[in-house]
Amino acid sequence: MNAPVIEVRDLRKTYGTGDTAVHALRGLDLTVARGDYLAIMGASGSGKSTLLNILGCLDIPSSGRYLLDGIDTAEFGEAQLGILRNRKIGFVFQSFNLIPRTSALANVELPLVYAGVRRAERRERAMAALRLVGLDDRAHHRPNELSGGQQQRVAIARALVTAPAIVLADEPTGNLDTRSSQDVMGILDRLNASGRTVVLITHEDDVAAHADRVVRVVDGRVAQGVPA
Amino acid sequence: MRCTEVLAFAVRGVTANKLRSALTTLGIMIGVASVILLIAVGNGASQSVQQSIAGLGTNVLTISPQRAQPGSSAKELTTADARALADPVEAPAVRSASPVASTSATAAHADVSYSISQFIGTDPAYFSTTNSAVAQGALFTADDLAQGRKVVVIGATVATQLFPSTSPVGESILVNNIPFTVVGVLAGKGSSGLQDADDTAVAPLSTVQNALTGYGSLSQIVVQATSADTISTAQAQVTTILDGRHKVGFGQTADYRVLSQEQLLTARTATTDTFTVLLASVAAISLLVGGIGVTNIMLVTVTERIREIGIRKAVGARRGAILGQFLLEATMLSLFGGLLGVAAGFLGARFTIAGITPVIVPSSVLLAFAVSALIGLFFGSYPASRAARLRPIEALRHE
Ligand SMILES: Nc1ncnc2c1ncn2[C@@H]1O[C@H](COP(=O)(O)OP(=O)(O)OP(=O)(O)O)[C@@H](O)[C@H]1O
Ligand SMILES: [Mg+2]
Repeated sequence: MNAPVIEVRDLRKTYGTGDTAVHALRGLDLTVARGDYLAIMGASGSGKSTLLNILGCLDIPSSGRYLLDGIDTAEFGEAQLGILRNRKIGFVFQSFNLIPRTSALANVELPLVYAGVRRAERRERAMAALRLVGLDDRAHHRPNELSGGQQQRVAIARALVTAPAIVLADEPTGNLDTRSSQDVMGILDRLNASGRTVVLITHEDDVAAHADRVVRVVDGRVAQGVPA
Repeated sequence: MRCTEVLAFAVRGVTANKLRSALTTLGIMIGVASVILLIAVGNGASQSVQQSIAGLGTNVLTISPQRAQPGSSAKELTTADARALADPVEAPAVRSASPVASTSATAAHADVSYSISQFIGTDPAYFSTTNSAVAQGALFTADDLAQGRKVVVIGATVATQLFPSTSPVGESILVNNIPFTVVGVLAGKGSSGLQDADDTAVAPLSTVQNALTGYGSLSQIVVQATSADTISTAQAQVTTILDGRHKVGFGQTADYRVLSQEQLLTARTATTDTFTVLLASVAAISLLVGGIGVTNIMLVTVTERIREIGIRKAVGARRGAILGQFLLEATMLSLFGGLLGVAAGFLGARFTIAGITPVIVPSSVLLAFAVSALIGLFFGSYPASRAARLRPIEALRHE
């Protein structure tokens, strides 16, 4: 078995303090191998998004260890976490999170700008990513001129434009109809087929069926009886 | 990531929401322009007062009545006082002393009527004392004064108001329904602060007292000293004579006041200084209000865009890149608004405002510009820098 790309040990996350404290994660363990295609399922409020945000280096755990490619992320500073988010991880949000009043192309280019890629190359790669999600004809439309499914595909194009090793998707089909869901899942399938590690959260069994492996989160822990 | 990219983001940020940017710019512009203009008006007023007083000459004394003590009745200034001051033996330093009775009056010619703010009755020496030159026709003479002829010399403003197209000399005008013959027109002197020096008419004292003011107290006696060097000697002689005539005892306050042009200048400058301070405080308030407006818009702008900051951080933007972008956006809006404000201020200063020609004070331009620009910069970038310090997920969740 090859070295795990993501390794999480006794991960805890508490929001707030005192009486109002919410324990979203209560000692979660998870290992994801390189090239894995993992679906995370679980009841609403069980801590799935909290986990994925930490995996995406968008948030930090209250305690526990998160090893990314074998290196403890607690050792990284703010700037290095930024570089990780930029180069290594592509994150797809449930609510798209595109920059308003900015064209699809410019949104997809964004990570490349912060990576310091030159203009011409940037344009080419962003167009290629949009072509991959079948939206090259909508490159100059703004988010408010796109359907939900199209916005989600733009968000996916943005997540994969830097060719990250890991793609994390929080309910990527949550807001989409069956047809759009199939489009989106097709893209994620292809990404995994090309060697990327894909972790996604979903409530739908037919979406989870695309993954090689399903993990259930119950009350901030990975449910017993399922191999982690 | 290069600086040009940050600049491009900033430009896009400014142009993305044009209305918001325009409002921010407008707020800064109004703040800057009003400060520059208000201070320019105050400054213009005090400068023109100084110029007009300086134009009167340095060898003139003005005597006006004043109440000595509350309750005590002021002895009036009379023509006899003026005659006594002109005595070459008692007051050798005095060249002439002109009694002045002044009132406002309504003058009419044909179907035009105009209210003259200063209708003056005096003697012919008054013209040389006050540096008044004749532009058309002639001044009235000692003989006119002696005979009490109804002749008048009118100021430039009165001339243009009553005789827009014809020459006034030789024409008859009705002053408070009494016919006067215009014998001359005075050369223009320009406006002095809040008062137009050309809005005047001068007639023989005897005529004015007879027809308009009655034979009561004079408004003033205008004394011309023999030269600028003898002005203080003249002032002493005038005081001695008047103290004697008005029975002002030693140590008592006199019931008249003698002021040289220099003293008059100081007094008037103090008045206009107060005026300038008043305008400056209005300007300061408008700067404050403008500043609060700018603060408000900048805060709203940044708060509204904290999610955007979160998105940028989530895809790997460094804190510096985000900060640079917002700092540049704020700089562009502040600079642009500030420059427009300066332009508007200079443009507004070209117009006469309430009879005052504004004179721009360079330091006020700098102050107004700097204050608004700094406010814009600070409130445009400080909240952004705080947002850039958040974890991406915190910024994304921001409402
Ligand atoms: N910022 C926050 N502050 C306080 N509590 C939070 C915060 N974010 C999440 N929580 C709480 O943490 C728990 C886990 O939330 P999380 O979003 O991870 O759930 P989830 O499994 O993704 O649910 P869903 O399927 O509905 O998306 C919930 O009880 C939620 O109320
Ligand atoms: Mg969730």
